[in-house]
Amino acid sequence: MYAVNYAKPASVADAVAALSAAEDGKFLAGGMTLIPTLKQRLAAPSDLVDLGAIGELQGIGTDGDALVIGAMTTHADVARSPLVASAIPALVTVAGGIGDPQVRNVGTLGGSIANNDPAADYPGALLGLGAEVRTNSRTIAADDFFLGMFETALEDGELIVSVRFPKPLAAAYAKFANPASRYSMAGVFVARTASGVRVAVTGAAAGGAHRMETMEKALQADFSPAALDPITVNPNGLNSDLHGSAAYRANLVKVMAKRAVAACG
Amino acid sequence: MTADGIGVAVRRKEDRRFLTGAGRYTDDIDRYGQVYACFVRSPYAHATVDSINKESALGMPGVLAVFTGADVAADGLGLLPAGWMIHNKDGSPMKTPGHPLLVADRARYVGEAVAVVIAETYAQARDAADALEVDYTPLPATIATGTASKPGQPQVHDDVPNNTAFDWCIGDKAATEAAFANAAHITKLDIVNNRLIPNAMEPRAAVGEYDPGTEITTLYTTSQNPHVARLVLSAFVQLAPEHKLRIVAPDVGGGFGSKIYVYAEETVCAWAARKVKRPVRWTAERSESFVTDAHGRDHVTHAELAMDANGKFLGLRVKTFANLGAFASLFGTATPTYLYMTLLSGQYKIPAIYGEVDAVYTNTTPVDAYRGAGRPEATFVVERIVETAARELGLDPADLRRRNFIQPDEFPYQTPVLLQYDTGDYDKHLTKALDLGDYANFTIRKADSAARGKLRGVGFACYIEACGIAPSAAVGALGGGVGLWESGTIRFNPTGNVTVHTGSHSHGQGHETAFAQLIATHLGVPVDQVEVVHGDTMQTPFGMGTYGSRSLAVGGSALVKAADKIVAKGKKIAAHLLEASEADIEFTDGKFTVAGTDKAKSIQEVAFAAYVPHNYPAGVEPGLEESAFYDPLNFTFPAGTQICEVEVDPDTGEVEIVQFVAVDDFGKIINPMIVEGQVHGGIAQGVGQALMEHAVYDQDTGQLLSGSYMDYCMPRADDFPTLKVGLTETPCTHNPLGVKGCGEAGAIAAPAAVMNAVTNAVGTMVQMPATPLRVWEALQSAAPAAAAE
Repeated sequence: MYAVNYAKPASVADAVAALSAAEDGKFLAGGMTLIPTLKQRLAAPSDLVDLGAIGELQGIGTDGDALVIGAMTTHADVARSPLVASAIPALVTVAGGIGDPQVRNVGTLGGSIANNDPAADYPGALLGLGAEVRTNSRTIAADDFFLGMFETALEDGELIVSVRFPKPLAAAYAKFANPASRYSMAGVFVARTASGVRVAVTGAAAGGAHRMETMEKALQADFSPAALDPITVNPNGLNSDLHGSAAYRANLVKVMAKRAVAACG
Repeated sequence: MTADGIGVAVRRKEDRRFLTGAGRYTDDIDRYGQVYACFVRSPYAHATVDSINKESALGMPGVLAVFTGADVAADGLGLLPAGWMIHNKDGSPMKTPGHPLLVADRARYVGEAVAVVIAETYAQARDAADALEVDYTPLPATIATGTASKPGQPQVHDDVPNNTAFDWCIGDKAATEAAFANAAHITKLDIVNNRLIPNAMEPRAAVGEYDPGTEITTLYTTSQNPHVARLVLSAFVQLAPEHKLRIVAPDVGGGFGSKIYVYAEETVCAWAARKVKRPVRWTAERSESFVTDAHGRDHVTHAELAMDANGKFLGLRVKTFANLGAFASLFGTATPTYLYMTLLSGQYKIPAIYGEVDAVYTNTTPVDAYRGAGRPEATFVVERIVETAARELGLDPADLRRRNFIQPDEFPYQTPVLLQYDTGDYDKHLTKALDLGDYANFTIRKADSAARGKLRGVGFACYIEACGIAPSAAVGALGGGVGLWESGTIRFNPTGNVTVHTGSHSHGQGHETAFAQLIATHLGVPVDQVEVVHGDTMQTPFGMGTYGSRSLAVGGSALVKAADKIVAKGKKIAAHLLEASEADIEFTDGKFTVAGTDKAKSIQEVAFAAYVPHNYPAGVEPGLEESAFYDPLNFTFPAGTQICEVEVDPDTGEVEIVQFVAVDDFGKIINPMIVEGQVHGGIAQGVGQALMEHAVYDQDTGQLLSGSYMDYCMPRADDFPTLKVGLTETPCTHNPLGVKGCGEAGAIAAPAAVMNAVTNAVGTMVQMPATPLRVWEALQSAAPAAAAE
């Protein structure tokens, strides 16, 4: 790790100001990706602005029918929240299946989606639920937020404050975890909403989380696992590494999609 | 007095400090004025080092020195040797170029240390190491085990043609060929024993220190065998004369064989401390551990088993390519030969066996002993081919094994591959395992799995291992560079408690408890009155260290001999104190008694008299301290049965272990809780090898692809059901404790048991590790057959 300036502001305004004053600063959320990257000297920011002391980024609340989860809420807090369990239990599955207990106790919703690792779980959930990302300056629809591997619509210095998850009629997440890292090799989030069925896949494609329109159409017509049987997932563009070929991942996407549909009940 | 002696599940004494963070590991040792080493490592699998511009690092903040291979050579330091001489089929010696401490002119694996930077802080050393300018010319690399010896492969060492360190054989080739000529059925198998990375929880570490007053060099380090390290560093590397070199291996957080090897980095720290006149320390980052800790296994094997019409084994022939990595390490040459093919007889009567090993160099991390060291590889060959034969013949795997077991009345049994088994009862543990696993109702469970869409399979492994290594004369005859006896000293203190000094080393095995229990039984001193000291060459008698499940069988036996000497001397003293004849003194439960009377002196009273000899027998030396060295008469032969049941998800290829049974015959048991813990840990490592762990190299560049926990999959607690373990007992016939050793059995047997179960479930061959990807791919290719079943 290289030497780095460190600040721990107490408000969103101070955090944004600290970052804009820095030569090459980074927000530090849970640090589950950033800290190992720094330790391996793969990144050398001038400043770290730790978001851990900002109360307005914490907590889980409601906005009408929707859930609003603060950006610095840990995966563990989401996984054990009775509010989340009653409103959108699929989010309990998502948060409770990330990494291991140590990661879940430190890693955060905001950190996960800002980083947009192509194998992270939350981006699929946001896309699947049609969530909105609320930043210090605007609201961004999930469909417009994730731009590709490690890329988002966030501007320089823009800070995620919370995510608003509309309550679906039913939703479920089925994930096949990488045996080593427990990142998603194929995670499929399926939601039935008032405006239609949404299917999002994470982990399988190099570009990261994305919607599966063919599956959405099939399920719109017949919301059952069997409705997905005729669909062939195209392995082109899917990741291939020592844990799984593109063909294997294509298979996993379909298997996980069917399981998610079945879990919607 | 022996409430906590042999056979009692005493809680481990050492666990309080380990669990409360009070353990003292090498990295916890701080020395006044210490500075930090950071190694510059080759980014290439194979490259010449054309120039190193020291000035690029020397001017940086805090930097004291930059050393290269030239500096090490200029000081006359030698190369790290292989510890075991192997001869080729034609009688000529193996070719084993030594491992340089720092690369002289050519790097031969990714991560090999090219230079070291010493600085005031680690961050400064790291900055300067990053800045050091090294010019390389990359060369083509040889990586794959199975093809390294083919003509035309890049040469790892110029003077080792075809990258072949040796071609070695064992057994009777002609008799084996004759057996195959008469066979009614021949089973053939091609298997890969995957390369593993040891992943001890504590990474390697070193603190080197030089005292100009005494001229003693001290190296605190993560070693399983500090005396052997001292011997190697004195006799071969010329680091310092043996009496001026002290090795201290304090608490060590796991070794699994990887801390047997004497490594370049630790040696450089000790040498550099003299050069910069400051203590020099280094602790491996996990990334360094992945590429520099000696790896394990890495065999490619073809095996054939000949049987008569009744399934009686007639002959076994095996050809293995064993990957040594870029250099032959300490046990690197013994592991794929004498520790491997001598076990090819398994638990069976096989009249003729012939085995061949081609050991090859590749541009990969050196391979050395890893939990089981050769014996897991042997068990994997024997138990995979026996199970495959049973399935081919339509026999129950248990039945085929029973037809061929060596029977209890046939011991001692001379195998065709050197070893003579002393004792065993193989049907006994097989039968107990079948009962524990309710094998009779397997088909019901299989049907239940099928109803849930899962493929259930069952697999056996009836393993045998040669432990308690080893009789020194045999070791010498087979090419070992040392004797493999062990030592121990028992020192009564004047106030009656005991300090035990052992030449073996504990890095997780629980010696402080097990050895204390041994003292409790043999001398009647409670466990909490016994302190076990190990790991410091200045405090302990010369010993050979801990590996090969040898510490209790060999080191424990040395302590029994020392205890016998204590009792013999104590009888003389007690006889004097009790005014009786020495011949009338009996010793039980810590008391010397005049036979047939109630006149007695406790061993503590005798010890006090020995140190305060105011009233003392003439001609007897004061003090109560005895040492013993024990050279075993034979290997010990732990054996047992594991039965694994798996469920395979055909949609994803995931394998779940749904039942795991292990019944072991370790001879006499000192502490059943420690034994159970060793069995559990061994099984976890064996399952890790079978289903998850794999050191994967890019076949062109030689980069380690699974070089972090993001890609190298370790077993986790939730990968296991509750293990069903049991014991049978045939005491070892030739050591005073009747013990055999238990540290490796789980890892030796589990890969075969798991892979037999996976094969049974999938219906076709899968190589280790049976990852979801591989199992799914196997199911795709086997889909028609699976459907037919």
